[in-house]
Amino acid sequence: MSLRAVPILTLVLLLGPVLAGLAGTLAPAFGILPVIGRVEPGLDAFASLFGWPGLPAAMRLSLVAGLGSAVLSLGIVTLLVACWSGTPSFAAFRRLLSPLLSVPHAAAAFGLAFLIAPSGLIVRALSPWATGWTQPPDLLIVQDGAGLSLMAGLVVKEVPFLLLMTLAALGQADATRAEAVARSLGHDRPAAWLKAVFPRVYTQIRLPVLVVLAFSMTVVDVALILGPNTPPTLAVQIVRWMNDPDLAMRLQGAAAATLQLVLVIGALGLWWLGERVVARLGRAWVWSALRGAGGRATGAVALVLAGLTAAAVLAGLGVLAVWSVAGFWRFPELWPDAITLRNWMRHWPGVADALGDTVAIACVATAIALALAIGCLEAEHRHGLRMRARGHWLLYLPLLAPQVAFLPGVQTWMLILGVKGGVGAVVAVHVLFVFPYVFLSLGDPFRAWDSRQATVAQSLGAGPGRVLWTVRLPMLLAPVLTAAAVGLAVSVGQYLPTLLIGGGRVQTVTTEAVALASGGDRRAIGVWALVQTGLALLPFALAIGLPRLAWRNRKGMQHG
Amino acid sequence: MLKHLMAAALAVLPGWAMADPVPSDWTAVLDEARGQTVYWNAWGGSSTTNDFIAWVGRRVAEDHGVTLEHVKLSNTADAVARVLAEKQAGQDSGGAIDLIWINGPNFAAMKDAGLLFGPFAEQLPNWALVDVAGKPVQADFTVPTDGMESPWATAQVVFMYDTADMEPLADMDALLAWARANPGRFTYPQPPDFLGTTFLKQALYGVLDDPSVLLAPVDAADYDAVTAPLWAFLDALTPNLWRQGKAYPQTGPRQIQLLADDEVSLAISFSPGEASTAIANGQLPDTVRTFVPDGGTIGNASFVAIPYNASAKAGAMVVANFLMSAEAQARALDPAYLGYGTVLDVAALPGDQRALFDGIDLGVATLSPDDLGPALPEPHPSWMTRIEADWIDRYGVAD
Repeated sequence: MSLRAVPILTLVLLLGPVLAGLAGTLAPAFGILPVIGRVEPGLDAFASLFGWPGLPAAMRLSLVAGLGSAVLSLGIVTLLVACWSGTPSFAAFRRLLSPLLSVPHAAAAFGLAFLIAPSGLIVRALSPWATGWTQPPDLLIVQDGAGLSLMAGLVVKEVPFLLLMTLAALGQADATRAEAVARSLGHDRPAAWLKAVFPRVYTQIRLPVLVVLAFSMTVVDVALILGPNTPPTLAVQIVRWMNDPDLAMRLQGAAAATLQLVLVIGALGLWWLGERVVARLGRAWVWSALRGAGGRATGAVALVLAGLTAAAVLAGLGVLAVWSVAGFWRFPELWPDAITLRNWMRHWPGVADALGDTVAIACVATAIALALAIGCLEAEHRHGLRMRARGHWLLYLPLLAPQVAFLPGVQTWMLILGVKGGVGAVVAVHVLFVFPYVFLSLGDPFRAWDSRQATVAQSLGAGPGRVLWTVRLPMLLAPVLTAAAVGLAVSVGQYLPTLLIGGGRVQTVTTEAVALASGGDRRAIGVWALVQTGLALLPFALAIGLPRLAWRNRKGMQHG
Repeated sequence: MLKHLMAAALAVLPGWAMADPVPSDWTAVLDEARGQTVYWNAWGGSSTTNDFIAWVGRRVAEDHGVTLEHVKLSNTADAVARVLAEKQAGQDSGGAIDLIWINGPNFAAMKDAGLLFGPFAEQLPNWALVDVAGKPVQADFTVPTDGMESPWATAQVVFMYDTADMEPLADMDALLAWARANPGRFTYPQPPDFLGTTFLKQALYGVLDDPSVLLAPVDAADYDAVTAPLWAFLDALTPNLWRQGKAYPQTGPRQIQLLADDEVSLAISFSPGEASTAIANGQLPDTVRTFVPDGGTIGNASFVAIPYNASAKAGAMVVANFLMSAEAQARALDPAYLGYGTVLDVAALPGDQRALFDGIDLGVATLSPDDLGPALPEPHPSWMTRIEADWIDRYGVAD
């Protein structure tokens, strides 16, 4: 196959299912669902959607959670890197990245909920000796109406993701020298970084930030655990309507999914406007003679916030580990009455069953995604097939479109085409979600690679293929492995695609875990969350450890 | 030889090859079932239920060579959606789902949409053991089952309470008075969770002078007048609920976790044995007991149904039949395993089968059948739909 065909093939593979799926959602939104005898187009579904009294609050929650999480996560990461990169505290953070990234969203949310709830670990640690409480206080902390705990649950998981992306970008942004120049002009460290390095880094992490924004607006599992329910976020409500036994409610669910899509597009537009404003203000600031004051206080706040996000995830995971071996555990006890392996013995057969498929699907999907991504990037490099900005957006459509909006449509089309739901189909649909993340992690480092290396190699007689395999990919070993680790973690974490496309017959660690989580049995959640985390942790550990091992005697390769 | 030719001929005639098994020809069903894999789509949120289903799988594999795969759902409607999508796509055979744990509105929806195989339930050999007169096995939320689903467990509402905090309550008025005196110590799963909706129906029974209107479709009654006392009751109760009704647990098990965390003292359950099982598993304190209010509580049955396009209908019927066996029913009744009520007429069973039930210890927190009192019938599903929608408008979107 010609390399030129790879970008087109990739676009077709990604866009086909998404667009077909969206069509399968738009049709019912506008009143067409033949299987229940609705064939006349109309706006009834939107009318009943706008008649739902919870709609304004649900839309507001979706927007606030999305924009709030994206701003907070980006802010924390930026200030952390600006104020602390190169320090021992920062090095400690880097070591925590892999475990933080590998904790599944739902597990982190459960852990956080049990930390901050009125019957949670923090209150237990202070009761009754400090608070006087012998029963948990009746306080609305988890699932608060403003969505603060939901935002917290998202931020603790998005900070490590954006930090990883930033670190990958830093190596290619010539950060050290740029910062040195700025400091030689008399700026203090944070100001120098923000003025000279941040603009370059931001252009490279822009799409990951937008993915965080879209994801936070449409996430279902975290919102179910930490988000309010009276009313819930729009995404959760869509799932409820799509799941209603009254099949006519699907029309309303489809209309809401359409609205969610519009809302995501609107939020992305708002973000774009915000970028313009920040850029204008920033440019004025860069040229100003102001040499930045209060950098130390800002740095301290950034460090505390980042430390809190890491502590929340790790402590939450620790608590889940305790739950996985807990006997009865009454309030306000800080430790269970008994420690037992019974929960593990009970769930292990199920875990073992699900492990094989989970690993196989994740490896195959990631391998396909990685091959496509490298093919696309190399085609871009060799043939100048650089996608315009619009093309880029298309690649990320699977991440920007709410899953619940197009997956049921994909399922219908697969059935129409006679494609059986099975492991193969699940792999195919996982590629849809894995590819953008892999491309996202790999694209910028790949492009930022200094192509003079290729010129040198070619002048020594190497063909383009040899340049790719013996110069470029080895030099990009760290980003390639990071991309693979991200891909594996994404595949392991897929719930809705696995369930809907596998027809329920493909059981992965995540489908099992979410099914159990719906029951709220903390012991079972503890067992499954630890297994899920372990599955995702291993590739991240390899992605960080292998390049260090391979390049231990190449100082210039130990960047970022 | 002739047999093989026939088989080959049948295989090329899709209409014949796909012919459904006939439930009344049980030997043929058993023959066809051997070697089949049955995908049972059942809610997977309860570890005890999952363990029970795994045990059923081992038993039908031993006795009938049927492989049972439990597809664990977080919501039964996912399975309904799957069958619907298959029908939409014209996949009228070879479907992904062979058996669904189902009842109430999901059953009504599938039956209405022609998504079910059958009738089969009343031709299964073990149907003869079922207590047709005493258990709600032929009507599901007043909708006639017509043999399109086969029963495997019964359930009845009880209230679980922590004896360290409170005494049993006689009726809904007593519940309201207690909640006022102990604000924040009671909640119920948020409708449309079925258990939460069940609390609303139980409350409706409690505040109505003549509950018989509930058995007919809602259109036949003056809805506003009938439900006015319910809304008055809930308006008074809600500010005294856990979190002042600004948040609710999303499922029954999450409500049980609140009871275990001592966040609430009182919780509703649809399984008389659930508290005992949870205590045995270390999920509830051993001070929890159950009570039923005067006048009885709502009871219903859980069923299994077979989609019209299932791949292994014969195997599914074998599983459905095994679920109604004395062996499976006795195990389900035992709170050490499941603690679900039986659908069988135990007194009428042959001696050796009856003996399976004799030794079962119902558990510390389980009421005896006498104390459990009469089971009230489920209202017609149309009531549930209306009340659910109104509840959501009134309490489900409060800021």
